[in-house]
Amino acid sequence: MLSLSEVKHVARLANLKLSEDEFEKFQKQLSDVVAYIEKLKQLKTKGVEPTSQVTGLENVFREDKVKSSMTQVEALSNTRETYKGFFKVKAIF
Amino acid sequence: MELCQLTIKQAQEGLAKKKFSSLELTQSCLNQIKKLDSKIKAFITVCEEKAIKQAKKADQLLAQEKGILKEKPLLGIPFSMKDVFLTKGLKTTVASRVLENFIPQYDATVVKRLKNAGGIILGKTNLDSFCHGSSTETSDFFTTRNPWNLERLPGGSSGGSAASIVADMTIGSVGTETAGSIRQPAAWCGCVGLKPTYGRVSRSGVIAMASSLDSPGPIVKTVEDAAIVLQVLAGKDELDATSSPTQVSHYFKDLKKSMKGIRIGVPKEYFLKETQRGINRNVKMALKVLERLRGKIREISLLDPHFAIAVYTILQRSEVSSNLARYDGIRYGNSRWAFNEENKKRIMLGAYALSAGYYEAYYLQAQKIRTLIVKGFEKVFKEIDVIVVPTSPSIALPVGSSQKDPMFGEVQDILVEPSSIAGLPGLNVLCGFVNGLPVGMQIIGPQFSEELILRVGYAYEQVTEWHKRKPEILRQIDNDKLGDK
Repeated sequence: MLSLSEVKHVARLANLKLSEDEFEKFQKQLSDVVAYIEKLKQLKTKGVEPTSQVTGLENVFREDKVKSSMTQVEALSNTRETYKGFFKVKAIF
Repeated sequence: MELCQLTIKQAQEGLAKKKFSSLELTQSCLNQIKKLDSKIKAFITVCEEKAIKQAKKADQLLAQEKGILKEKPLLGIPFSMKDVFLTKGLKTTVASRVLENFIPQYDATVVKRLKNAGGIILGKTNLDSFCHGSSTETSDFFTTRNPWNLERLPGGSSGGSAASIVADMTIGSVGTETAGSIRQPAAWCGCVGLKPTYGRVSRSGVIAMASSLDSPGPIVKTVEDAAIVLQVLAGKDELDATSSPTQVSHYFKDLKKSMKGIRIGVPKEYFLKETQRGINRNVKMALKVLERLRGKIREISLLDPHFAIAVYTILQRSEVSSNLARYDGIRYGNSRWAFNEENKKRIMLGAYALSAGYYEAYYLQAQKIRTLIVKGFEKVFKEIDVIVVPTSPSIALPVGSSQKDPMFGEVQDILVEPSSIAGLPGLNVLCGFVNGLPVGMQIIGPQFSEELILRVGYAYEQVTEWHKRKPEILRQIDNDKLGDK
């Protein structure tokens, strides 16, 4: 069972704000899922290599050449706030 | 017969012979949407004006240039697109409040290829929000209904695409699958869905769910249509480093070749005790049909698919938590408050599985078992050519079913997860009905064997009649119309 403080820690890691009700609900549901995935410990994997790319591609490169890209206007077209042609963000300090 | 009922193949032939125009074809689909979509709710966005404009352009090209269909095989043919593909200038929501007003600045490679082949986009179809589900019930906008029974779910996440095909609101459709999202809604709605090999079709411009698994593919009315669409979509794309440089096959050259001698593996582990009554029996009857077509049936053994649920849950939710970290509401979209409950649960489980102290126990262990699953398939494919099993352990479930279980999607997709985890292609074909609802079987092959699984599916479809049945609602509406007169 995940503790409430673990759930709060994970929510902070994921930058999600949850209500008190959600914390309790998620604590129960996440614990159920974690209990389910524990199943995997039954299988022996000593000496087995992990797979992250199933078709076996490695180090896919392209030529280091500049290509045309979106215009500044296009790039900013979905943002709410701009400042002199830049994305405007909140101060982080 | 209404034009909207046509398959892609029939539409191609009709347009080539000038039996009808693209405008008439497109108009017929738009009319069907107007008649039915208030009940089925397959579309988030319908772009009527743009579609009509494109259809008129297609008709001009068809009239002016001889042989244009060789160059543009989908010219003038309407498609619905799952609302997970970026479409330049056309709202793309991924069925989430996060992107409710997002207008992409570029087209997904799949969209670009479809447009270059002459395809017309009718609209964007509903899905589970960010593809997080197997029902369309986690959509932030509405739940799509199954055309066979409006109290039932269409499956998901590409549920809107499958429903739009079965209700004849479009000629073709394209969806995406991470594990199940093409095959399972195709099974529940009773149409053809092809999940290609991972990397066969580019992911560029597809809003990501789990990047090591996501695979776009056709949702269509016949196996032949799946071959036609895959031919257009498949191929290396410089915008997706994981797209494969393996040469693209010619998917309909050998489509009609006999099945003689094809070895079909049947793993007993996939005929689950918990599978709803009638499904296993239907698939076994389909295997008899394949045997009559001179396929060779062999019993094989694979890892219990229940393990795949756990592997898939970890891989998918971990990759979800990483992919969805980008939604900060700065460059586009709303901020993280706009995620729904299912999104948040998946992000949090993923963040937990990847966090310090747990990474090795969960993500790394899951990746190791992924290797075991890959090797298990490699081993059986030395002795057989394809695998045939049910697609889903249930027929379409009632609306509301997904809300009871925090792992509803993952549990529903038990029979498709292992092949997705191994990056294999799988084709859903309709193989019967239980309680008036469709049953799907899937044909799975080794990586890049799309040609072969399409051939098996095609052979089966030619000698069976299931795919010719139409949902009652299509007839009812026609009768209503007659009644009004």
